[in-house]
Amino acid sequence: MKYLMFVVADPDAAKEAPDPEVDDVEDWVERNDASGARIMGERLRPPADATSLRRRGGKLLVTDGPFAETREWIAGFDILECADLDEAIAVASKHPMAAAGSLELRPFWPFEG
Amino acid sequence: MTGGERVTADEVGRALADAIAAERLRIVATLIRTTGDWDLAEDAVSDAAERALLHWPQDGIPDNPAAWLTATARRRATDVLRRADVERAKLAELAAEQSLTDTEGMPDMSPMTDDRLRLIFTCCHPALPLDARVALTLKVVSGLPTEAIGRAFLTSEATMGQRLLRAKGKIAHAGIPYRAPSDDLLPERLDGVLAVLYLVFTEGYATTARDLADEAIRLGRLLVNLMPDADEARALLSLMLLQHSRRDAREVDGERVTLERQDRSRWDHAAIDEGLRLRQPPSAPRGAYAMQADIAAVHAVAADADDTDWPAIVNLYDELFVLVPSPVVALNRSIAVGMSEGPLAGLAHLEDIADDPKLVDHYLVAAARGDLLARAGLHKEAVIAIERAAELAPTDQERRQLSDRAAELRRA
Repeated sequence: MKYLMFVVADPDAAKEAPDPEVDDVEDWVERNDASGARIMGERLRPPADATSLRRRGGKLLVTDGPFAETREWIAGFDILECADLDEAIAVASKHPMAAAGSLELRPFWPFEG
Repeated sequence: MTGGERVTADEVGRALADAIAAERLRIVATLIRTTGDWDLAEDAVSDAAERALLHWPQDGIPDNPAAWLTATARRRATDVLRRADVERAKLAELAAEQSLTDTEGMPDMSPMTDDRLRLIFTCCHPALPLDARVALTLKVVSGLPTEAIGRAFLTSEATMGQRLLRAKGKIAHAGIPYRAPSDDLLPERLDGVLAVLYLVFTEGYATTARDLADEAIRLGRLLVNLMPDADEARALLSLMLLQHSRRDAREVDGERVTLERQDRSRWDHAAIDEGLRLRQPPSAPRGAYAMQADIAAVHAVAADADDTDWPAIVNLYDELFVLVPSPVVALNRSIAVGMSEGPLAGLAHLEDIADDPKLVDHYLVAAARGDLLARAGLHKEAVIAIERAAELAPTDQERRQLSDRAAELRRA
């Protein structure tokens, strides 16, 4: 199954002491690229650099900022290919942002179904 | 078959109920694994039970009713799948299943591959919301009707049905696996399963839905049988048995009776014995359920409140507080201190913790304060505290009982 893993920044968690259970991000990427669990991923510029847009009443509205203002924001993403949710949880649990922020696993919507 | 002989509806009903109690879970769990279809698995078993009610009165009760049910449910599942023309792989796997009961007692089979454990761990997966875990466990593992689960949790059958539907949908869509977790995830996942069982138990304990408490104990026994090395599962079963042993004494004529005032001859001594036997040696490392079971055990072996080893209970609450630093544990500790070292010592502890945001204006704090004040002979102050507790109490029954207690003290 494919999962999109949102990497979510949390300013409070980032202040905590480092957790020895998680990997360095370079090690995490290298290991999961090698095993085939990580298909691709990117770090993203902060919400200050975000642009939102929508079409309403036939007009295009372009605004500065993310779609929702929260303390937590999406700092990056990875696409995972795992047998099931437990395998995806095991992979995600070693990502450094599991300790310094949080991760959200979203299954892809399959073509058939 | 006992063929030809007429059997009464009672005999059929009893034989069917026994077979369902013994085998329903195993049949459902294995059918879910082989077909991947939760609803089909549950329907096939219901269908087999209906057929039993139809055929057994005429054909006689089969020699092995459980095997009959298993075979009938499996045939039903195969028929439905064939009719739905699903891919051959599923059918092939189902056919390869030989007999579901054949796998029983296979010597090299790890208990963690038991289908019943797969089902329990899947229903209690942390990716499901807690209320859905409880509902799924009661529906699929215990086989309770949706309507009964809704009633126990004060929601309608329709709402409960939606909750179950969403949970089954998430299992399928999010890729929640159908298996017991790997060793590294096991301790944490087992905690989750135990939390669901204890929630079912306390729901049954707190309300009149006593059969929920019985069901939680039944599931606890099953878990202990399937995972004999899981100490915290044994501890939880011990705790539930010891608490449940007081069920006939803690409510008399619809009124709640406090532990101190219960008629201990009405405690269930078979349940107490079983609960005590399940405890670990004092040297073993203990989790929160084991500590609570130890506290319940101290009460269980005491002839009355005066005979209770209160200093031991205070020590156990100290240990428990290290593991579970909750204000309710602290509150119970100060009540135990009041019994062990006298009401003034208990009051001193109570005032130390009463400012905790979770305890401010909590009726149990006011009630405990009133009780300790009354023991200290300060009746006027005790009445004020208990009247305050009555104002804050969440249910009519507790409000009335506290008001009665205040009136009693005013007369004293």
